[in-house]
Amino acid sequence: MPNNRDSLGITMALTMLAIAFPAAADPVPSNWESVLEEAEGQTVYWNAWAGEERINAYIEWTARQVDERYGIELVHVKLGDTSEAVSRVLAEKQAGNDDAGSVDMIWINGENFAAMKANDLLFGPWADSLPNYPLTDPDNTPAVRYDWTIPVDGLESPWSSSQVVFYYDTALIEEHPNNMNELLAWVEQNPSEFTYPQVPNFLGNAFITQALLELVDDTSIFYEPMQADDFDEATAPLWMFLDELHPHLWRSGRAFPSNSADLRSLMGDSEISIALSFSTTEASGAIANFELPDTVRSYVHDSGMIGNMSFMAIPYNAEHKAAAMVVANYLLSPEAQAEKQDPEVWGSNTVLAMETLSSEQRALFDDIDLGIATLPPSELGEVLGQPHPSWVDAIAEKWQERYVNH
Amino acid sequence: MLLRLAPWVLTGVLVLPLGAGLAMVMLPAFGYLPALGGETFHLGAWRALWERPGLSRSVLLSFSTGLTTTFISLVCVVLFLAAVRGSWLDRALHRMVSPLLAIPHAAVAFGLAFLIAPSGLLVRWASPGLTGWERPPDLLIVQDPWGLSLMAGLILKEVPFLLLMSLAVLPQLAPEQRVNMARSLGYHPTIGWLKSVFPVLYPLIRLPIYAVIAYATSVVDMAIILGPTLPPTLSVSILQWFNDPNLDRRFMASAGALLQLGVTLAALATWWLGEQIVKRLGQHWLVNGSRRRGAFAVAFSGRFLLGLTTLTALAAMVGLAIFSLAGFWRFPDALPVTMTFNHWQRVLPSATTPLVNTLVVGVTATLIAAVLVIACLENEARHQLTPKRAMWLLYLPLLVPQVAFLFGLVVAAESLGIRPQRSLVVAGHLLFVVPYLYLSLSEAYRRLDPRWAQLAHSLGASRWHTFWRIRLPLLLAPLLTACAVSLAVSIGQYLPTLLLGGGRVATITTEAVAMASGGNRRLIGVLALLQALLPFIGFALALLLPRLIWAKRAAMRGAA
Repeated sequence: MPNNRDSLGITMALTMLAIAFPAAADPVPSNWESVLEEAEGQTVYWNAWAGEERINAYIEWTARQVDERYGIELVHVKLGDTSEAVSRVLAEKQAGNDDAGSVDMIWINGENFAAMKANDLLFGPWADSLPNYPLTDPDNTPAVRYDWTIPVDGLESPWSSSQVVFYYDTALIEEHPNNMNELLAWVEQNPSEFTYPQVPNFLGNAFITQALLELVDDTSIFYEPMQADDFDEATAPLWMFLDELHPHLWRSGRAFPSNSADLRSLMGDSEISIALSFSTTEASGAIANFELPDTVRSYVHDSGMIGNMSFMAIPYNAEHKAAAMVVANYLLSPEAQAEKQDPEVWGSNTVLAMETLSSEQRALFDDIDLGIATLPPSELGEVLGQPHPSWVDAIAEKWQERYVNH
Repeated sequence: MLLRLAPWVLTGVLVLPLGAGLAMVMLPAFGYLPALGGETFHLGAWRALWERPGLSRSVLLSFSTGLTTTFISLVCVVLFLAAVRGSWLDRALHRMVSPLLAIPHAAVAFGLAFLIAPSGLLVRWASPGLTGWERPPDLLIVQDPWGLSLMAGLILKEVPFLLLMSLAVLPQLAPEQRVNMARSLGYHPTIGWLKSVFPVLYPLIRLPIYAVIAYATSVVDMAIILGPTLPPTLSVSILQWFNDPNLDRRFMASAGALLQLGVTLAALATWWLGEQIVKRLGQHWLVNGSRRRGAFAVAFSGRFLLGLTTLTALAAMVGLAIFSLAGFWRFPDALPVTMTFNHWQRVLPSATTPLVNTLVVGVTATLIAAVLVIACLENEARHQLTPKRAMWLLYLPLLVPQVAFLFGLVVAAESLGIRPQRSLVVAGHLLFVVPYLYLSLSEAYRRLDPRWAQLAHSLGASRWHTFWRIRLPLLLAPLLTACAVSLAVSIGQYLPTLLLGGGRVATITTEAVAMASGGNRRLIGVLALLQALLPFIGFALALLLPRLIWAKRAAMRGAA
């Protein structure tokens, strides 16, 4: 009898252990020491869009830092489109590879996050356990907790904050429009000198979303999941606006640039005089790259511009989760964030809340020279939140229906 | 004995990945993809697809682009070949084949777009002096709704391909003898070539032509840059649906991929019908005895068309090259005000590893493919077998959109527990390299005069001896050409490299495509030139080696 009881006890102990440490023992984010320990010597495959040389260079810099500090090898898997990494994770899930996935960390935006979260493709919660997470002042910064109105729930760690800005060539126009109606009036007088990327490109979506938010008095409805009955009435002003705008666009709206890079090229070729970007430092960076003339400047609309944050996410089956967390935490450090904000390096806005930093840490940011075509944070105006993805999806669909030739 | 296994090995190497790839296109198209919650079969994806705005237009665009491009490219090549008489101009145009083939499709597209755009090189050179334009005119040239600029871009790439394929097989047809015979009967050499050489040449380049149709109906990268956008071609739409953050669109995208397969097959069938009609109608013309009519027009247009495509492609490259060195370049300046090596300096330091990876993967895949394909063809030749019907399976990877097909490959590899690695990338490239090698080599191999081998046998040579000493040397030119094409195909692969390598195998193409997504024309210029380097060496060797090795045997040098 005593023997039996002993074995029962052992079985119970083992069962409890098994519950405490689920399959393949994912790292426990709250125990940071053990995460650091496990991370040492791991290789992190960071899947990140690689269309910008300066961002790639910053990622290389990060790789050197985490190697020195934590003994982590960081490899930048260069993507042309984030969905390529999503494909890979999806294929691994389909094949039943649930613990040795090849994607360790993804630089992700709101739409991809919403889809991956909805399909249980993400690991976590882990992000709110990072030692540097409090520096973002999450309690007072909704943008850290909600990505396109979707609760983040600790499944991704903030990296960069960005906002839509317009930029224009001061050599070609004297006064820029200050809101959508002025833009319309300007375009009517200067036909073919403005366009925006083709929907559903995310910058194209951002432009029509911005227009919608500016043209409608009460925007609160757009921050809730969409009810199909509301769609026609709520979005009517947008279609009226676009119907009036399109005949005066570049190529009379018969063709659209495919993305923000195309749009920038059109600006560089003097085909258009006003463009827009999802990066406040795009114009300064492009001037430094010889892509735009040094007469280009940025501006924002009076009522504020759409903004959001981009994040780091770890797929549910990543092989090196511990090291990925350590890298994400390092990316949130004042040092790495300040380096990133330097326009000489990249010029992407920090997600840290200045009030949470010590005076030495704040000094890192105060010393940065933003570049000639970049608006200082004080002039960026109000940041408008991204509407719920269901709305963005629906207006993008409607756009296709209205403006694609049948 | 081993040789008898070759066709089985060849099909075996391809069938599992093919099956897996296709299954993962079919299943989601009918609603089944458990990873995304699709547990039952239904037609929802197809309904969603039919309801897409502009779908019929997209389909029509893909279909017509494929056929028109192939037809014009073939006409250019045939008229040129009929016209050439070995003048310095003809030789110069011949020599341009390999550099033009080596340039990646996307780079040609970027270059052409910049050449013909209203703010492009041509307008810049003519403005404001000739045109008076201080700002670019608002003309829809690139991305026109009819796909004309897309067709132009494709023609620039397909003409050198078809020309190379023709040059590789021409020598074994002894065209000079045929033309001389025709001349002795009073034919103008150009008409004589069209009547006596073209009818025997066409069957030999038929498979490459079919490959061109398949490629042109489903091309993605060129269509994104040059093709219409409202709506884009079907292939581009499919890619957009696959890349849509909304993962549910993948069901519709899979259905779209099957539709694309149908469109490509329909284009191939239409071409085949056209072949039959031309055959019927052409027979009368062949024997009507007309010896000179149209000779001048053919000779002139042949040289003119090929000269035009060559010049255009070159000008497009010059534009890219200038951009790779350009500071800011304001319209309508003919040249950038400042030049800089800045862009090259930023790319070169990190280019070594990708270049080495590219070379290792490309050469390995090409060698494996060459051994498999030659073994297969040699087996056929020895046992006088007719080509197996199953061989059409080989071409499936060229017909199904990559983005749909590769997803299944990754699932298959992961299910077998094969981790992403370089050898898996090589295996993936084989799927695309083998078909090209097979279609570039098989006809030349089959049409090699069997009397050479019979003669060798009668002199007591063993089969292997005959193979090494007779057949291989006689086929050196087409073989090297086929290898160069395969190498270029391998080098051009983006998605297979990225997805099968799990991002662990960076090649010059993965770097270039990732960088191209940022649209910086200067860096695109640098990477495009770098990307063209390796295939260029391949094509140059394929043309040079036979000349060096057969310095004293003019007829065996292949490309004249």
